[in-house]
Amino acid sequence: MTVHGVERPRLVAIDLEIPASGITVLAGESGSGKSTLLRLLNRLDVPDEGRVRWRGDDLDELDVLLHRREVGMVFQAPVVAPGSVLDNLRIGAVDLDEESAADLCMLVSLDPAVLLRPAAELSGGEKQRVCLARTLATGPEMILADEPTSSLDVEATAVIEQLALRLAAPDSPLPVGWVWVSHDPGQIERIADRVVRIHDGRLVDTP
Amino acid sequence: MNEPLADIGLAGLAISGLLIVVALAVSMVRRLGLERELVTAALRALVQLLVVGFALRIVVDDDDPLVFAWIWVVLMVFVAAWTVRRRAPDVPNAFTLSLSAFAAAAVVSLGVLFGLGVFEPTGRAIVPMAGMMVGNSMTATVVVARRIVAESRDHRELIEARLALGLSSRDAFAPHLREALRTGLIPQIETTRTVGLIALPGAMTGLILAGVEPIDAVRVQVAVMYLVLGSVATTAAVLAIGLTRGLFTSDHRLVSVASRP
Repeated sequence: MTVHGVERPRLVAIDLEIPASGITVLAGESGSGKSTLLRLLNRLDVPDEGRVRWRGDDLDELDVLLHRREVGMVFQAPVVAPGSVLDNLRIGAVDLDEESAADLCMLVSLDPAVLLRPAAELSGGEKQRVCLARTLATGPEMILADEPTSSLDVEATAVIEQLALRLAAPDSPLPVGWVWVSHDPGQIERIADRVVRIHDGRLVDTP
Repeated sequence: MNEPLADIGLAGLAISGLLIVVALAVSMVRRLGLERELVTAALRALVQLLVVGFALRIVVDDDDPLVFAWIWVVLMVFVAAWTVRRRAPDVPNAFTLSLSAFAAAAVVSLGVLFGLGVFEPTGRAIVPMAGMMVGNSMTATVVVARRIVAESRDHRELIEARLALGLSSRDAFAPHLREALRTGLIPQIETTRTVGLIALPGAMTGLILAGVEPIDAVRVQVAVMYLVLGSVATTAAVLAIGLTRGLFTSDHRLVSVASRP
C-alpha cells in the first residue's frame, strides 16, 4: 500500500501480513507512518495505491461498519464522549446491560462504581481504560492501539499493558489480537510477540 | 383604515438624516473613527432602497403579471445564497447548499401562506413575505453552517472514535449536528417568544404607520413570525443535512475541511 502526503509520501509500498492473534507492535519514530498504517486497517483512511485485506477479503468489498466492530481501534488521546461511563460503553453497544457493563469495567481493572460517574471527570489512565472497554463492548477480534499509553503515567501504562497481554493470551476468555503502535523500546520488549519496524513510511524489516 | 402616517416626504427624509449627524457626533467625540463607515452605510442604504423601491413599483403593481414577483423572489434567493457563501468561506459548497435550503424554505413556507389562502397571492404580498423569509433565514443559515464545520474540526477525535466503534457517519455526527441546529434556531425562538415585550416587530410597525388597525396588524405580524420560524427551521435543516453529507465519504470516513482565509 502507498499513501501520498502533502510534502512526501506517508507510506511507500507497504506489503505486510499481520497475524490475527498475539501482539504485533508497529515500531518507529514519530512521523514514520505507523499511525497512518493503523488507520488504514480500520478504514478511517484508504490507501492511494494498493489494498487492505481482512481475512483475505478486500476492505473495499466489506461492510465497513461491521469491519470496524471486528477490528476496533483505541486512539492515542483518551477521548470520552459527554455523559456517564455507562453512556460511553453503550456508544457501540446500545443494548449493553449494566451487568455486562460492570464485567467490562472489571476486565479493564476499573471499579464498576464508576459506571454512573461522568466520564469527563476520570483521570487520563481511567479514561483510556473506558475507551478500551468501549471498544471491547463491540466484541472485536482485533484491537488497533495507537500509542495508547503515551499520555499515561507508569502505573496506568502497566495496567493497560497487562490487560493487553491477558487478552492476547491463547487461554484468554475473550481472545483478542493486537496491533500496537509504540516507539518505546521498553514497552516493545515487554509486550511484543512480533515487531514491524517502519522508517520514513517504509518497512525496515519483517520477521 | 386610519390616516396613513407613512408618507414623510423628502423634507421628512432629510430631517431624519439628522439622526445620522447624531451618530457621527458620537463617533467623533468618542474617537471611534467610524465617520466614513457611517456616511457610506447611510448613503448606501438610501440608494439601495430607492433602487429597490422603484423596482418594486413594477413588481407589486396589481395590474402587472405575478411572474415579476416570482422572478424577484428567485433573485432574492440567489443573492442570499451568495451572501451565505461570502460570510461562511470555510463551508464547502456553501452556495449550492444554501440555494437548495432557501428554495426548500420558500416552497414550504410560501406554499403554506399562499397555497392555503392565508394571503392573496399578489405581488404586494409575495415579495415582502419572501423578503422576510430569506432575510431572517440567512443569519441562521450562516450560524448553522459555520458551527457544523467547526464541530467537525474541533471534535474530530471524538467523531472518529465513534466511527471506529462501528457507528455510521450520521450517528457519529448526530450530537454535533443537534448542537449546531440548536445554536441556529434558539435565537429565532427567543425572538418569537419575546416579540412585543422588548421591541415592536417591523411588519407590524409598518402596517400601523400605514394606518392599519393595530389588532389587524398583529394578525399579519403573527403570521409573519410563524413564516420566519418555519423558514429558519427548514433552511437550517436542509443545509445541515446537505453539509453533513459532504463531511463524510460514502464509506463513513470523515474528510478534512480545508481552512480558507
